[in-house]
Amino acid sequence: MPRATEYVIVGAGPAGVIAAETLRGTDPEGTVVLLCGEDEPPYSRMAIPYLLTGGIGEDGTYLRHTDGHFQSLGIDLRIARAASVDPGKGEIRLEDGSSLPYDRLLIATGSHPARPPVPGMDLPGVESCWTMEDARRIADATKAGARVVLMGAGFIGCIVLEALAARGVDLSVVETEDRMLPRMMDDAGAAMIKRWCEGKGVRVLTSTAVESVMPAASGLQLSLSGGATLDADLVVCATGVTPNMAFLEGSGIETDRGIIVDDRLRTSRDGIFAAGDVAQGPDFSTGEKAIHAIQPTASEHGRIAALNMAGIDTPYRGSLALNVLNTLGLVSSSYGLWQGVKGGDRAVARDDDACRYLRLEFDGDVLVGALSLGLTQHVGVLRGLIQTKTPLGPWKDRLMHDPHLVMHAYLGRAQGAAVRARKV
Amino acid sequence: MGWQKKILRVNLTAGTAASEPLNMEWAHEYLGERGLATKYLYEEMDPTADPMGPDNILIFATGPLTGTMASTSGRYAVVTKGPLTHAIACSNSGGKFGAELKYAGYDLMIVEGRSPEPVYLHIVDDEVEILPAEEIWGTTVWHTEEHLKAKHQNPLLKVASIGVAGESGVRYACIVNDLHRAAGRSGVGAVMGSKNLKAVAVHGTRGVTVKDPKAFMQAVRETHAMLADNSGRKGLTELGTNDMIDSMQEFGGLPTENFHKVQFDGVGKINPGAMQATGPEGHRNLITNKACFGCTIACGRIAHINKTHFTIVNRPEYRHASGGLEYETAYAFGPLLCIDDIDALTYAAFVSNEHGYDPISFGGTLAAAMELYEMGVIGKDDTDGVELKFGNAEALTIMAEKTGKYEGFGKILGLGSKLMCEKYGHPEIAMHVKGQEFAGYDSRALQGMGLGFVTSNRGACHLKHDVFAEDMEDQTGKGKAKPCKDSQDKIAMIDSTGLCLFTTCAWDVPEFRRQIAAACEGDDWTEERLIEIGERVWNVERMYNLKAGLTAADDTLPQRLLEDPAPSGTAKGKVSDLPQMLPEYYEYRGWTSDGEPTTQTLQRLGLK
Amino acid sequence: MQKSLLIDPAKCTSCLQCEMACSLEHTGAFNPARSRIKIFEFEHGAQAIPYTCTQCAEAWCLHACPVEALTRNPETGAVELNESTCVGCKVCTVACPFGTINYVPETGKVAKCDLCGGDPKCAEACPTDAIVYVDAGWTGYDRMRDWAVRTHAEPRT
Repeated sequence: MPRATEYVIVGAGPAGVIAAETLRGTDPEGTVVLLCGEDEPPYSRMAIPYLLTGGIGEDGTYLRHTDGHFQSLGIDLRIARAASVDPGKGEIRLEDGSSLPYDRLLIATGSHPARPPVPGMDLPGVESCWTMEDARRIADATKAGARVVLMGAGFIGCIVLEALAARGVDLSVVETEDRMLPRMMDDAGAAMIKRWCEGKGVRVLTSTAVESVMPAASGLQLSLSGGATLDADLVVCATGVTPNMAFLEGSGIETDRGIIVDDRLRTSRDGIFAAGDVAQGPDFSTGEKAIHAIQPTASEHGRIAALNMAGIDTPYRGSLALNVLNTLGLVSSSYGLWQGVKGGDRAVARDDDACRYLRLEFDGDVLVGALSLGLTQHVGVLRGLIQTKTPLGPWKDRLMHDPHLVMHAYLGRAQGAAVRARKV
Repeated sequence: MGWQKKILRVNLTAGTAASEPLNMEWAHEYLGERGLATKYLYEEMDPTADPMGPDNILIFATGPLTGTMASTSGRYAVVTKGPLTHAIACSNSGGKFGAELKYAGYDLMIVEGRSPEPVYLHIVDDEVEILPAEEIWGTTVWHTEEHLKAKHQNPLLKVASIGVAGESGVRYACIVNDLHRAAGRSGVGAVMGSKNLKAVAVHGTRGVTVKDPKAFMQAVRETHAMLADNSGRKGLTELGTNDMIDSMQEFGGLPTENFHKVQFDGVGKINPGAMQATGPEGHRNLITNKACFGCTIACGRIAHINKTHFTIVNRPEYRHASGGLEYETAYAFGPLLCIDDIDALTYAAFVSNEHGYDPISFGGTLAAAMELYEMGVIGKDDTDGVELKFGNAEALTIMAEKTGKYEGFGKILGLGSKLMCEKYGHPEIAMHVKGQEFAGYDSRALQGMGLGFVTSNRGACHLKHDVFAEDMEDQTGKGKAKPCKDSQDKIAMIDSTGLCLFTTCAWDVPEFRRQIAAACEGDDWTEERLIEIGERVWNVERMYNLKAGLTAADDTLPQRLLEDPAPSGTAKGKVSDLPQMLPEYYEYRGWTSDGEPTTQTLQRLGLK
Repeated sequence: MQKSLLIDPAKCTSCLQCEMACSLEHTGAFNPARSRIKIFEFEHGAQAIPYTCTQCAEAWCLHACPVEALTRNPETGAVELNESTCVGCKVCTVACPFGTINYVPETGKVAKCDLCGGDPKCAEACPTDAIVYVDAGWTGYDRMRDWAVRTHAEPRT
């Protein structure tokens, strides 16, 4: 009888946890060790902002809610951080000096917030909003009326914005690029979001860089490009994240912006896989290697990596860039190649005053990307149409005229044959 | 509970829209929809005002059961002073618009004044905007709906609008909602046009609650089951209202050739059998049936035109499906004009929806025009070169378009039969009561129906009374006054609930009472009280008309039905017995011999 | 055996009784805007398609949820939302390729079909049997399931 396979998963975010559970379901004989780098039950970073709004307690951020969940599945959950990996020996060394052998290793270590090279970023009162500990400190520092400057109006920045605004603080947002959400929204949509935020009393400064943060008589003072200053009791930095892969140095695992993985989520070294925010894997839309640091990608990565680790050959079609955001009540979402493709067509419905917007991008008669503002019903179908590459046929012309007929187009194309004219 | 207890009041002169509490005292005395809107009209408007002037008001009204799971709960009424009749106009419609207005939070919407420029209303719950309509003014009902959904990026908008007919004051223009359902009669669309109001687009998310959900749902289950098992309901579902055309043909009550005849040889080419038959080219007129909101009957017909037919052979834009032939349309475009071309009839039905006018009044007016043409009173010089003879299908389709677009002889047809025939010096040719053309029943064969036509407060109308069973049994005027009056009161009540008259194939007053009692606040919802509400509504309508200047002299039929005997059928040789029925009717009503409610009657109904 | 909603668009008259029944069950009011089953009409009403969640095996929504607010009911097979756990992040709404889980601004949470705990009110309300609740084996959901598979990377066992 063969020896049970030893699986080790580094990182207990969504990718790691789903991989552990998938392995348990797929290979009941194997051992599964799940390493969690923070002394907390596995939790969701995505939920941290909702903790700050007071919508949930700390336990509301937990990835799993059943007592003894991991134990009952026979998943060995340990609080530990990896220090290095030795693919030759098939073991990883932990920060406490011990080592752990593996047959199959999954790296799902996620990322950490990156701070721009600006003087004063290390001062007390400058925070990231990333870990449970960060959340506790921010919660303490953001009593109603506190002056808060948020650096960065990207996707994560805007989620944090929502949470900070809900705490009733005096909020300013500073973004170096010329619009909010530069990687998720086009000029038109970003302008609507900016105006919406300003209408709700948030100061939004785009095309503005923070040049320094200095201690002031009361709190901090930020010098901005252009010469203006901002006073703050708290600075929250959301200017981007960096994959956690420094510990792989010397392992021979190929990295770029993240860990390079193939369509089985394999790294360049045998038996080692990577998933989630740390992995740079196939992009469904472009076929190139990309990091999509989003929850759906993490969960798909975790599941598919685990299947391949357990020997069930499972190709991955690639992750689709998908984002959904609520900015002070204005819901926006983006899908795939929302910037469009060369030679493709674009359908637009836009009402700046109402902050309603839908932009569809086609390659031929196939939907390849979309942006929406103010749309909450049936938005997932945009993903379905993109990812199934459904030819829209005559529906494309209808969508060019009114892009909001997207559900009709989906039903007409994907379900069309199921429908017969009813007769009486 | 049942009611939303809120009114939306729009003043187009001032450009304002504001909500206000519903008068709940009136709600308990008039229920909703037809009744409650009538009360508001009576209290708020000078009945002598010009129906096309800014002092007329236009009320869209839902009932307490609109938007609930009671079957057929999609109805709303439009109440105003009608330009066709200069009497109270009350037109109700199905589709999905009425329920949506209720879901937006309003029992009634009262539109006052006149906008200086064309506008439309965009309503999403509490947010009400009066927006410029220049982009859609002059366009069709179908275009307007599509345009507004795209413009507001909301496929869930429900739209009620007018076409060019309503904009131009065609006196029987209607308000069309959901592409092919309409508040069809008495010219309510012309009133909307006179106010420069092109459309109402509404989306509601507020929901409707009922007083006792458990009791209400029990009543709903049982009343749904009654409809499910009912043979009359099955007929409506399977054959649609046009099933009537065969009955009327057999009976000899089918007005033909502008009421010169009461039977039509071509019935077999336009009846439900013809709609469901597959022709030699593989074309079948009927595609399917379709329900209005909440309706478990689904009598609506969805049809399409044979693509080789002369009307659309070069017009692919008409090759889609839309609302097909209902009985009244089939009658008014078929026998009344002696036309048996089902595709021409279907095309004209599409066009009347697309451009927004009442097919009954249009058919009645065109029939009179055909008679004038055949008499030599008018000629090709008048009719844009069209040979306006009975039986000419092409004449129907051309005139349907001209009337919808308000062009050429269509402008004359847009006057309605009464004014048109007066213009040409032959008022006797116009077949109407109080200016409104007849629905498809001959008053010589159906005597009670004739009395109903005469006494209907909105002019000749088949939907405000139900003496059908009595008329089938006996072809005289004897004993018709009482069932006519009683059914008028009952139907006035039903029209005030938010439900459809067609449920009466399976339901009677107890079924309406159960659902009202479970939905509406108050614990004294007796059958007697409901009937009294209906009678109160009827009498307020009558008082409105009397104040508007109508008299007992207007309670009459055209000479043709009083003097020319029916040429064939069950009632061969008979004329209407109206002179006997009417005094009897007044007496049952508690009215004077001049047709005015007595003080005693008004006191009994709490109207004095 | 688990049951599923069998939807036959050819029987649908677009009366919306299902939408009212669904909203009454889940919100206490007749309110189609809040229904989890929706009727889509085509060509002036010549076709109508009732549309809701098939409780697909892939459960995109469930896997995309960051806080385990979506779980599968072992008795009915439905993926159900625990409203008190849902943080309203909406990731499930963009993850579901069917568009059958939607954000509800009024509650700040998402909503999806939960088969009413095994007694679906839409099926009970449907007057034409366009929606029936039957043994899962013969529901003929194939087309939708195929959609799920095409969106997915399935194991090549």
